[in-house]
Amino acid sequence: MAKDEFQTREFKVVGTRVPRPDGLDKVTGRARYGADMSAPGMLHGYCLRSPHAHARIVSIDTSAAEAMSGVKAVVTRADFTVTPEDQGTRDILDNVMADKKALYDGHTVAAVAATSRSAGMKALKAIKVEYEVLPHVIDVDEAMKPGAPELHEGRSQESVPEGYSQNVLARSQYGHGDIDAGFAKADVIIERSFTTAATHQGYIEPHACLATMGNDNQGDLFCCTQGHFLVRSTCAEIMGMESGRLRVTSSEIGGGFGGKTTVFLEPVALMLSKKSGKPVKMTMSRDEVLRASGPTASTSIDIKIGATKDGRITGAWGDFRYQSGAFYAMNGALGAMCGFAPYDLENLKTVGWEVVTNRPKAAAYRAPGAPMAAFAVESVMDELASSIGMDPIDFRLMNGAEEGTKSAYGPTYPAIGLKATLEAAKAHPHWSAPLGENQGRGVGCGFWFNFGGNTSVSLMINPDGTVSLSEGNPDIGGSRASMSMMAAEELGIPYRQVRTIIADTASLGENDVTDGSRVTFAVGLATIKAARHAIETMKARAAKTWGIDADAVEWVDGAAQPAGPNAGKFPPLTLKEIAATMSNTGGPISGHHEANAEGAGVSFGTHICDTEVDPETGAVKILRYTVFQDAGKAVHPDYVEGQLQGGAVQGIGWALNEEYVYGEDGTLQNPGFLDYRIPVASDLPMIEPVILEIPNPGHPYGVRGVGETGIVPPLATIANAVSRAADVRMTSLPMSPPKLLAAIKAK
Amino acid sequence: MSRIHVNTTVNGDAVDYLCEAEDTLLDVLRDTLDLTGSKEGCASGDCGACSVLVDGRLVCSCLVLGAEAEGRTVETIEGMAEGDTLHPLQKNFINKAALQCGICTPGILVAAKNLLEKNPDPSEEEVRYWLAGNLCRCTGYDKIIRAVLDTAAEMRGAA
Amino acid sequence: MKFQSPQTVDDAIAMLAADTNARVLAGGTDLLVRLRSGHISPSAIVDIKHISGMRDITQEDTPEGSGWRIGAAVSCAEMGEHAGLVAAYPGVVEGAELIGSTQVQGRCTMVGNLCNAGPAGDSVPAMVAAGALIRVAGPNGTRDVPVLDIPVAPGKTSLTEGEFVTSVFLPARPDNASDAYLRFIPRTEMDIAVVGCAVNLTLDAQGTVTAASMSLGAVGPKVKQVDASAIVGSTCDDASLDALAAAATEAATPIDDKRGTIAFRKDVSGVLAKRAAKIAYTRAKGASA
Repeated sequence: MAKDEFQTREFKVVGTRVPRPDGLDKVTGRARYGADMSAPGMLHGYCLRSPHAHARIVSIDTSAAEAMSGVKAVVTRADFTVTPEDQGTRDILDNVMADKKALYDGHTVAAVAATSRSAGMKALKAIKVEYEVLPHVIDVDEAMKPGAPELHEGRSQESVPEGYSQNVLARSQYGHGDIDAGFAKADVIIERSFTTAATHQGYIEPHACLATMGNDNQGDLFCCTQGHFLVRSTCAEIMGMESGRLRVTSSEIGGGFGGKTTVFLEPVALMLSKKSGKPVKMTMSRDEVLRASGPTASTSIDIKIGATKDGRITGAWGDFRYQSGAFYAMNGALGAMCGFAPYDLENLKTVGWEVVTNRPKAAAYRAPGAPMAAFAVESVMDELASSIGMDPIDFRLMNGAEEGTKSAYGPTYPAIGLKATLEAAKAHPHWSAPLGENQGRGVGCGFWFNFGGNTSVSLMINPDGTVSLSEGNPDIGGSRASMSMMAAEELGIPYRQVRTIIADTASLGENDVTDGSRVTFAVGLATIKAARHAIETMKARAAKTWGIDADAVEWVDGAAQPAGPNAGKFPPLTLKEIAATMSNTGGPISGHHEANAEGAGVSFGTHICDTEVDPETGAVKILRYTVFQDAGKAVHPDYVEGQLQGGAVQGIGWALNEEYVYGEDGTLQNPGFLDYRIPVASDLPMIEPVILEIPNPGHPYGVRGVGETGIVPPLATIANAVSRAADVRMTSLPMSPPKLLAAIKAK
Repeated sequence: MSRIHVNTTVNGDAVDYLCEAEDTLLDVLRDTLDLTGSKEGCASGDCGACSVLVDGRLVCSCLVLGAEAEGRTVETIEGMAEGDTLHPLQKNFINKAALQCGICTPGILVAAKNLLEKNPDPSEEEVRYWLAGNLCRCTGYDKIIRAVLDTAAEMRGAA
Repeated sequence: MKFQSPQTVDDAIAMLAADTNARVLAGGTDLLVRLRSGHISPSAIVDIKHISGMRDITQEDTPEGSGWRIGAAVSCAEMGEHAGLVAAYPGVVEGAELIGSTQVQGRCTMVGNLCNAGPAGDSVPAMVAAGALIRVAGPNGTRDVPVLDIPVAPGKTSLTEGEFVTSVFLPARPDNASDAYLRFIPRTEMDIAVVGCAVNLTLDAQGTVTAASMSLGAVGPKVKQVDASAIVGSTCDDASLDALAAAATEAATPIDDKRGTIAFRKDVSGVLAKRAAKIAYTRAKGASA
């Protein structure tokens, strides 16, 4: 498959900063997001949610609500009569509509569809739920102990040793070498414990959908999601219908960051629509988003690293305990795989734990599991560098992974960009700029796997020579622009000649979710191959026109031209000319590509941050921030920069102020943007992005995903900067002012 | 329940509608007048996605009752371009990549336009504080702030 | 729910007296949040913005006293745009201008902030330090009361049936006097104060403080007036500022909650007291220069 691999080339479109095709709709208010679609006769759906962290549902009486004017349907778990085969989908059903127990504050226990908001709200109040409140557990370390309140029975996997609560669902282990021997060789060993609070993706658009479902078991769903094919399969399974009978169309998506890779409202809306016989729109309030969508895991992590005096790491160990909310989610394992991934280690052992608690089930959030692990590992790296008197970048360079390194999670790396990001950081003026009083500079590295996955793309040559491209992945960061660019590049035509749309689930083959930083890589790969497929057809048409062999035609600058012995015999036929005559040369021309894409290149980044700490209040100001990341090839540099800047700022929020605060009763205390404090414009400096391009050998243009790695280094980078500015090591996130001031005063 | 009849002006046009007393201006704009460019991100005045002008004053339309619009003038994102001519801010938000998902974009544009009308030459800090009530989760604000500053310079140059 | 917009104070009183479950609407930035979240379900909304005087800022000079009268429906942004008021009471205006975002500023009012009766309202401490008087209209006529007489407990005011606040009066000060308000929040904007502190002081010609008052927000069930005598007789030197800080820390009786801890709030009360006093002092000196 040599032709799929990276080959150096001169780009004409890729690498430029063209305007995005969805720009006009978005600056004029025309773009339609999840809550912007309506249907004739539409009802409004609302959820009744548990006010308790953990409670047995003794009874639900919906009769009074059902009798109310304007109320057209009420559903409870009793309406969901199909039990999905797979445990993961059963968990999703249990999450979207509680079964015998409410497992967290905000867990849906019933829902109504009504003709107006006010009628729906009254109906919710009229539903009588009798709860038997049970003891709850919120903290991960508490939840692991024998005797902790338990959410489920018999779900622990065989990997979990004896002596733990049933809340511990899984344990996984990674590494190589002999850590005892490694630590024995160390001159300095540092061992620390860390905690991080749960955070939320904080997308500004709440979940929303419009469902239409008839008693013919055929349905349509319009929703904001990162993956409408996944919505289709999940909802079809829960509804007990064949997935081909459900068409899902993705709306414009108002942010996701991993949080819209599952379903919350959709099955409920479908059931309400089925029961009422009318379209049902549901939108979450911000309170519902925070209480009952999918935040991150909170964590408790132990790290131990040993090194020689001259800076070589001899042994490393990490224990990553992640609570994933009320149902199984793989997060601790990802932390255990990613934390040490930037380093070339002879002796390493990491263990990841998946623990359930009475909180909403964790969803993905940009490189799920990795930022917390990096926070812990990179903090110890920083302290270790200081303790042996080494520059923290030099220490990382000395131990950094490169091509041929056996990674922390097993495979051996191909060409990677970690050291390039470190070298770039070291050479950047930021690294050597002077610092003032109460100021500190931190550095941190981060890793993310990146993903390829199932992808299906269609590229149509229109009679006038324009090109329509259909992809099946919601555009969350400018991917329609990138796909048009890659198609234009390959076809040799101007960017403006290609328009990319996101097709619904009935119009393309299966596409995996927009996640794993996969779209620019995998959909881009499929787009390039679909374009090549169309080019082959166009070459054949030209050959036919000229009466020569198709093999004797080549495609150059948007036109077929005779090659080899026929070179120069005929004037080139442009794409436009071939398109104009296609009905006479064999009919419509299109290109397709379907594959489970492999070869996604792993991604590394290094960040530098300057902070200033107010020693009297513990307030932290971010003074300067620079991101160095390997993008393989930046297809649209503006949007690569946007990913790096956005990821860094989400990391700043996570490091400083964002956290899920639970009360003694296990209810969320800050379910709003007032007290769930995401960074505002005045909190921040400009974020300088430095894009490095170390080509991914697995992509024809060298592209690597860039969407997630940007959130991995900031937690550690900022913690290292704050720890240096305040001269006290911060091991717990967020480093909110009360926490930091207490640490300063305890010095 | 009898509904309230409201006469108002929206984006320069005389408009009347019926609303319930508890309907917010945002509800009316989105659900009654079909102007869905203003977004509901929080319903508590914390995100700014529903920003509009009422009598020239920048407000969150989620914190104004529909009934209060009687006799006022309301300006939304849908009225920002003149026909097919985009406002310079709109043009620059596209050309300078100052948006990603776009959900906060209408509110930010309405707020930024109001700022530049009041202060044609804002400093970076002034732009950042003026827009502090407009949450954006995608961009880290960098390209937004640059686009506003660049537009201000451009508009000053043109004036 | 009914929506009513009275044109006179008497009409408003009548509407409020007739329906004890009615709520007053001025800026609505708290009321609408509570309505939407279902925390309150009033039977009527009484919009006072159309009553004459409610949206006015006026300078009064009457036998009862001279000063500034700010109507109950004046938005905080309008206060910040009023050059005369900003010059006279920079601390009161800066407190009012810290509430919420630019968008919220366009609607929110000091009176709403006060009648919300939250412990952390940003506009309240400076009003207290300024010795402001609150004018209350009701079925039994009009009364002027000190700021701290309005809130009784979190979410609860002393206003009786049919009563509402029509204006705030800030008494005129000598030229060599000024005020300042500072708050601590985790971000730079958009948060509720974790601690708020206002200082109001008057200097003599030599720059010695002759009178001072201080108040703290968010460190008790309602805003606290705190003894500021530590700086009286001083030139706000470090020792007297430290004493003022100690008085603030001592007076603070906060709780642990999602926004801060007891220890943090007590410490920061002192820090803000010092910093606010310094700013007020500099302003007063500038005013007298």
